[in-house]
Amino acid sequence: MTVTITVNGTQHTHSVEPRLLLIHYLREHLSLTGSHIGCETSLCGACTVELNGKAVKSCSIFAVQCNGAQVTTIEGLATGDRLHRVQEAFWNEHGAQCGFCTPGMVMVSKQILDRNPDPTEAEIRHGLEGNLCRCTGYQHIVKAVQAAARVRA
Amino acid sequence: MIPQQFEYSAPKSLAEALALIADGGKPLSGGMSLIPMMKLRLAAPDRVVDLARIAELSYIREQAGSIHIGATTTHHEVESSAVIRAKCPLLAETASFIGDVQVRNLGTIGGSVAHADPSADYPAALQALEAKIVIKGAASERTVSADDFFVDTFTTALEPGEIVTEVIVPVEAASTGTSYQKLLQPASGFAIVGVAARIQKSGGKITLARVGVTGLSNRAFRAAATEQALTSGTAVQAAADVVAQAIDANSDLYASAEFRAHLAAVYAARAIDAAIRRTS
Amino acid sequence: MATPSITKLEPFIGKRIRRKEDPRLITGTATYVDDLQLPGMHFAVVVRSPHGAARIKSVDIAAAAAMKGVAMVLTGRDVADLACVPCGASLPGLRVPEHRLLAQDRVYYVGHPVAVVVATDRYIAKDAAEAVEVDYEVLQAVADPEKALAPGAPAVHPQWPDNTAFTFHQEGGDIEKAFAEADVVVKQRITSQRLIPSPLETRGCVAQWHAAEKSLTLHTSTQVPHLVRSLLAQMLGLDENRVRVVAPEVGGGFGCKLNLYAEEALTSHVAMKLGKPIKWIESRRENFLTTIHGRGHVDYYEVAAKKDGTILGIKVKIIQDLGSYHQLLGPAIPTLSVLMIPGLYRAKSMCADVVGVFTNCVPTDAYRGAGRPEATHGIERMVDILAAELKMDPAELRLKNFVRNEEFPFPTATGLIYDTGDYAAPLRKAMETVNYTELRKQQADARKHGKLMGIGMSTYGEICAFGPSPATPAGGWESATVKIEPSGKVTVMTGVSPHGQGEETTFSQITADHLGVPFEDVLVQHGDTAIVQYGIGTFGSRATAVGGPALYYAIQELIIKIKKFGAMLLESDDVSYANGQCTCAKTGKSVSIKEIAGAAYRAMKLPANTEPGLVATYFWEPTNFTFPFGAHIMVAEVDPGTGAIDIKRYVAIDDCGNLINPLVVDGQVHGGVAQGLGQALWEQAVYDDNAQLVSGEFMDYTMPRAHMMPWIESGHTITPTPVNPLGVKGVGEAGTIGASPAAVSAVVDALSPLGVRHIDMPMTPEKIWRLILSKTTGSNA
Repeated sequence: MTVTITVNGTQHTHSVEPRLLLIHYLREHLSLTGSHIGCETSLCGACTVELNGKAVKSCSIFAVQCNGAQVTTIEGLATGDRLHRVQEAFWNEHGAQCGFCTPGMVMVSKQILDRNPDPTEAEIRHGLEGNLCRCTGYQHIVKAVQAAARVRA
Repeated sequence: MIPQQFEYSAPKSLAEALALIADGGKPLSGGMSLIPMMKLRLAAPDRVVDLARIAELSYIREQAGSIHIGATTTHHEVESSAVIRAKCPLLAETASFIGDVQVRNLGTIGGSVAHADPSADYPAALQALEAKIVIKGAASERTVSADDFFVDTFTTALEPGEIVTEVIVPVEAASTGTSYQKLLQPASGFAIVGVAARIQKSGGKITLARVGVTGLSNRAFRAAATEQALTSGTAVQAAADVVAQAIDANSDLYASAEFRAHLAAVYAARAIDAAIRRTS
Repeated sequence: MATPSITKLEPFIGKRIRRKEDPRLITGTATYVDDLQLPGMHFAVVVRSPHGAARIKSVDIAAAAAMKGVAMVLTGRDVADLACVPCGASLPGLRVPEHRLLAQDRVYYVGHPVAVVVATDRYIAKDAAEAVEVDYEVLQAVADPEKALAPGAPAVHPQWPDNTAFTFHQEGGDIEKAFAEADVVVKQRITSQRLIPSPLETRGCVAQWHAAEKSLTLHTSTQVPHLVRSLLAQMLGLDENRVRVVAPEVGGGFGCKLNLYAEEALTSHVAMKLGKPIKWIESRRENFLTTIHGRGHVDYYEVAAKKDGTILGIKVKIIQDLGSYHQLLGPAIPTLSVLMIPGLYRAKSMCADVVGVFTNCVPTDAYRGAGRPEATHGIERMVDILAAELKMDPAELRLKNFVRNEEFPFPTATGLIYDTGDYAAPLRKAMETVNYTELRKQQADARKHGKLMGIGMSTYGEICAFGPSPATPAGGWESATVKIEPSGKVTVMTGVSPHGQGEETTFSQITADHLGVPFEDVLVQHGDTAIVQYGIGTFGSRATAVGGPALYYAIQELIIKIKKFGAMLLESDDVSYANGQCTCAKTGKSVSIKEIAGAAYRAMKLPANTEPGLVATYFWEPTNFTFPFGAHIMVAEVDPGTGAIDIKRYVAIDDCGNLINPLVVDGQVHGGVAQGLGQALWEQAVYDDNAQLVSGEFMDYTMPRAHMMPWIESGHTITPTPVNPLGVKGVGEAGTIGASPAAVSAVVDALSPLGVRHIDMPMTPEKIWRLILSKTTGSNA
């Protein structure tokens, strides 16, 4: 099947198998390897990208379902050299250790703040529910979201 | 991991979709249950029929005292819908408990209902709301009550070739108090037990009680004994204590049947208490 | 030459500096192993046993091999001549099963590799793997180590019907006398359940064979690239210098990537046979089934004490579930527990008996803490139990038994020499943080109102900075090379292999301060055996505590040479080096490191007996371990209706010596606490009676998530170690070691009015609910 998907502002057209998962499309067809695969049951969130402005787990959607859609991945978040405020906050607050969960964490944190510019700690933790991190104990990630919230975009 | 090969269709009209499904196609809505199962090769359909492009299945409409929700409406759309939050808050509250942000962004009410996971959240609320499920096939259309719809674990009133097209919930009377209380299975986020309560009071007495329970057994159900106890003036805890009466409770790594039944009573009391507090 | 401006540079050590690693991580541009794409690369998928124990009757690969895109299918027979997966642990009488790359005639655990399928892409390889038909005769399996020891249990390996891999005995002091003199003896069975390490990145590797050079490049997600190189070269019969192992960006390890796995050798073997680059990436399901698990202890403790609380002696019997095979260090892990048995206490007598047991499960090996959490959990639980028996405050009992400050260096009953300590300090600080006296009053009040509030504590010691070489299987030193480039920029190559711990930053801080160069001018390289001199790797809280001193001494060597060039350029015999400048004491004139580097590489003129260039390499051998310590306090409330545990406060005071970067140290503590609380409250690898892993996916294995974690109030006391010149002790495992006993202590304390003295982990709601029910109604509901 032929799909046309706009990823980080660039339109791509490929012929793909229906069973090709969006995460594999991004990683292997477009070489956008920033989104990661941490599980196969949509429970870790490392593959989180934005699909038409909504955070989704790209391991649990087929590329063909995204035909005609706009996708933003971690690679598309910064503007030139200017990091997105969530990226900057993850850096400042030491929100990343091994970094494997980080792209997904950044993408979901952006969604949390897009929907709720001034979340409480509990709201942030609730919002991070779908993303696993094994390194940080989440505290510096929560702090990063709080810090990003203070820097209005 | 990686699903088996299949053919994919993304019809734009319901009629077209129903024809494909009548032919043995597997309907795909948000895919939040189906796709992980396909990846683990626990499901291997030959043809997948994607319902997402059927505009006529995505809507939230208020109509003659009811709210009609199209099958492909996402959990996020339900939890954030102004209409549903104002007029059927139990459903919005329940939707907010499902999965996580990303799952709510893709998962749909029709998909969840049709999948009939015995620990899914919506079914408890739909039972308490006495919701109606609209079912269509290539040559059929019918509406069944939530109670008739949820038959068994992963089993519904859907016949081969049929899909859920709409869920109908009532516009609540302003005086109704509702609450959904859930104990999460901490690994998966599904309900070990989830209880949805809907209460109306008049002159200090409970005049209407609807209690839907999920996670406890093979299907979500209405706890008739608890409802009856509440309307006949029994104290909340005592009414909640009979919630698991005559129910064959599920047992797993996280809760034995006995513990689950106990938890159902605890969470029923919490939901009923919260619902009572929200009556005005 | 500039006139001197000797302004002391601002130190970088001790500052909360954001990490150099992060720009690539937060932008998604880091390269993990699965991100590698090589021309002609094929993909390998392993076919695995669905049974815990079975005889392989036949393997039919015909259908798989015939599929379009399939390049190769190998079964056990094809690798029968290859060497076994190595076990590095050496214990007297250790039984080591032959651990072939693929199962031969039997499978020993669910997930056991049976065949490997190689195809042009991962989708086809997966389809073909599904098409491999294996006919099994299912045998009786055993998953529980105590059941495996019982007479008549199924034999995991038929040649060893007692399922015993080894026994190990150690004692110190006079244990008989200690127990004879005791006023009180407390006993308890304490378990430390199997855990699944679960780094967010599973294992994976890409092997590339360069036939003309007879050389192999393996990119693999590992903590120990050089060890993998040595072991792999041995296994495959290759020259070690023709094997290049690269640890690219590694998405977490926690001990489970401190190993050489069958799949790394298998992928390499296939690459050599096929002449194509081969990628193998473990699925999460495979990770649960086949990457090593941690813990797996059943311990029987006895502690002898005087009425006044003085602990006289500790006896323990440790049953270690080893699983079906040995991975690299598995059997050695419980011997680390033995070393740690005395904890922070003065007790001079101990006795430990370990039995290592085969079960039909995946092997256990090092997981964050590796032996020390098990021991610390045990001894801390026993101290609490003793306090309850003696009706003493648990803090008071600990303070009474701590090794005293004037007793360091302190020889323990297990033969260690504790370097330094002020064990009361973190406990006192933690108690002040929570206002302990006031908190106990609040608790008494809460109890009057029927609330189950608990205050729990642990005071933990660690053995870190692994370690003196005689005490480690593959050498315990660490290496560093410091190069000053002709431009004056500084490249550091460290033998440790960071994968989240932040040494690119902290080693830059050390270099900036000790070499006197700008922090930004330092680049830290690691993880590639073709670039970095031989090193040991990252585990056992050793990277900063052993790799850091290696770097320090390399810098000192380099400074000697810098000064020679400085003296030559300044035409003086009397120069000093500080802040990146050589200065002549007499004239006050100075030259910068940039000028010196230029001169050293241009080499127009050389100081006497000095070669050109500015490079120094140092292999540092530590004289001892370090022994960090600390205290955690947790406050919790238990809901008797649901068994739910609500963590009200969590305080972690750690003493890891000097802090290079407190921001990074906090991160290590938080993550460690999460894994310790994970064990205490949620995580457990559960095998059923058929040795099927019931908790075999994230659906069933509870990882701590953001909404489950408390806010951790972390703090420090600082007692620098004399073992190394940086005074650093290591902090990677502290949080994990301190957390599980503190959590159990809090919940037991909450339930102590009901007569509860101990609860095994994980403290699931149902377990707590049943316990409360049995204590309040006497029923065994």
